[in-house]
Amino acid sequence: MFTSYHFFFLILTILILVYMYRVFQGPTVYDRILGLNGISTKAILLLTILGSLYGRIEMFVDIALGYAMLNIIGGLAVGKYLEQKGTREC
Amino acid sequence: MTLFDDYLLLLLAVVTALGAVFVRDLFSGVLTLAAYSFFLALLWAGLGAVDVAFTEAVVGAGLSTLFFLVALYLTSHQEEVRKQLPVRIMALGGLGILGFLLLFGSVDLPVVGDPKSLPSKHVSSHYLRKSLEETDTPNVVTAVLADYRGFDTLGETTVIFTAGIACWMLLRRRDDSAT
Repeated sequence: MFTSYHFFFLILTILILVYMYRVFQGPTVYDRILGLNGISTKAILLLTILGSLYGRIEMFVDIALGYAMLNIIGGLAVGKYLEQKGTREC
Repeated sequence: MTLFDDYLLLLLAVVTALGAVFVRDLFSGVLTLAAYSFFLALLWAGLGAVDVAFTEAVVGAGLSTLFFLVALYLTSHQEEVRKQLPVRIMALGGLGILGFLLLFGSVDLPVVGDPKSLPSKHVSSHYLRKSLEETDTPNVVTAVLADYRGFDTLGETTVIFTAGIACWMLLRRRDDSAT
């Protein structure tokens, strides 16, 4: 059965593929980081949609919050790396 | 789990994995690998293994990305291309054989949720029926890990704690340990 959740799932997947093009082709490292950030937010949305599909939204929202926090940690780590290493050669 | 979401998530995971392998810049490879971990975790969550999904997210997307970044910080982020054709051919052949063996073994695996499969006949039904009243834990996986296999999990926790101490000792600053 093709519900509206599946429709949103498909749309988000296409959006993620668009972001992925930017991550792979991005001329500078900032393009890649921004693309990855977008992918992460879309992954969080996918997770909540998945939770709605299975009818266990309360558990999946918890996981989505955990993902969001991990995303912040990862972004901070990448920022720290670029601060230490410099961006000239990236 | 409908097959539709399965295939979409698998497509994303495969695309990110291929990108992580083929991208030239190692820094981009690390970032792509983090995205791959995210989708793998989504796939676990879709299959109902929420604990595994969370572990995959924490270790794959969080911790290993940090470790890769530390390694890149200590070395260079440009890939050094060496002409080692025999090694590459051997790796290709070995990976092909390994993939064939894995696919060959997966033929025997029972269908997901098959009530007649061997794992479902043994103790799983007892866990599923009695775990709530025996352990007061709503999640069956957590009940099995923390209650029924408590000693096993204690051993695993000890191993991970020891590994964490070893990593901390390896990664701390050199000039602190000089004295």
